[in-house]
Amino acid sequence: MSEDRAAKLAKQFIEAIPYARAVGMSLTEVSDGTACGIMPYDAKLVGDPRTGVIAGGAVSALLDTCGGAAVMSHASAPAGTATIDLRIDYMRPATPGQAIRARATCYHVTRSVAFVRAVAHDDDGDRPVATATGAFTVERGRMRRAPDYAPSDGGETP
Amino acid sequence: MSRPEPVQVIKQRRDATLRALHEGVPYFRWLGIVFDRRGDELTAVLPYDDKLIGNPILPAIHGGVTAAFLETTALVELGWATVWPEIESGAMTPEQIDLNTVRWMPKTIDFTVDYLRSGLPRDAYARARVNRSGRRYASVHVEAWQDNRARLFAQATGHFLMPGPDG
Repeated sequence: MSEDRAAKLAKQFIEAIPYARAVGMSLTEVSDGTACGIMPYDAKLVGDPRTGVIAGGAVSALLDTCGGAAVMSHASAPAGTATIDLRIDYMRPATPGQAIRARATCYHVTRSVAFVRAVAHDDDGDRPVATATGAFTVERGRMRRAPDYAPSDGGETP
Repeated sequence: MSRPEPVQVIKQRRDATLRALHEGVPYFRWLGIVFDRRGDELTAVLPYDDKLIGNPILPAIHGGVTAAFLETTALVELGWATVWPEIESGAMTPEQIDLNTVRWMPKTIDFTVDYLRSGLPRDAYARARVNRSGRRYASVHVEAWQDNRARLFAQATGHFLMPGPDG
């Protein structure tokens, strides 16, 4: 997929997701089974008012979104995807005031299942904030979602 | 023998405790999560809102929102189960939790969500069960449903680090 096309699809993908828009999430890189996204620091995402640390749940949502985008960008070109399961490990609190960046890789795809690994960082790229592993559905054949690059989340029952 | 406390006093104390456990957290408030209480049984409620949508074509609630909702339910249940005996015995007041919102709050170690069906664009409910709660670690299971209690749309298991004496 050409770089222009990938960038366009990434933008369409994220803009079609109301939740992603509401938290200001964007995809910075999407190609061949890898998706990188960023979520700016925002007071409404705080999970610990005493320290200003972002809620774990908000980080999960970023990892899940990037996971779905990674599946959609895989060379096998799924027509759609939905999360089957996602496990998040929280390594450390994110530093308050810093954006969260996530990188998801779809490292194996079968006819019906895509396997994904993802990692989230703040400005310190060497110490992950959280990691995730997940399985996603792979929808083949007739498109049941938006053309090209459908939002991945909450699809039908796997 | 002393007379039992008036029911209003008990309800007020328990409701104030519950509010103190979740109302101070901006992300919980932004998602719109509220809690129903029957005695010590809590049900988390996620009222539908357009901003919670992750797939506008179906449409369906964002998987990340579902994960956050389940994690919130687990955290508040764990906090509630921890402070309940102290609140009921009078060793602690709801105001003490409020002043120090996070002292009670466990840290999530890991959280695994099973997505069983798509989250429909309507209210969602969840209840958590603390399967093990030790001095340092706790294991919590959460179930979430929408119209039908027996048809879960998601479930999750998480492990949590309990706050230390200075935590």
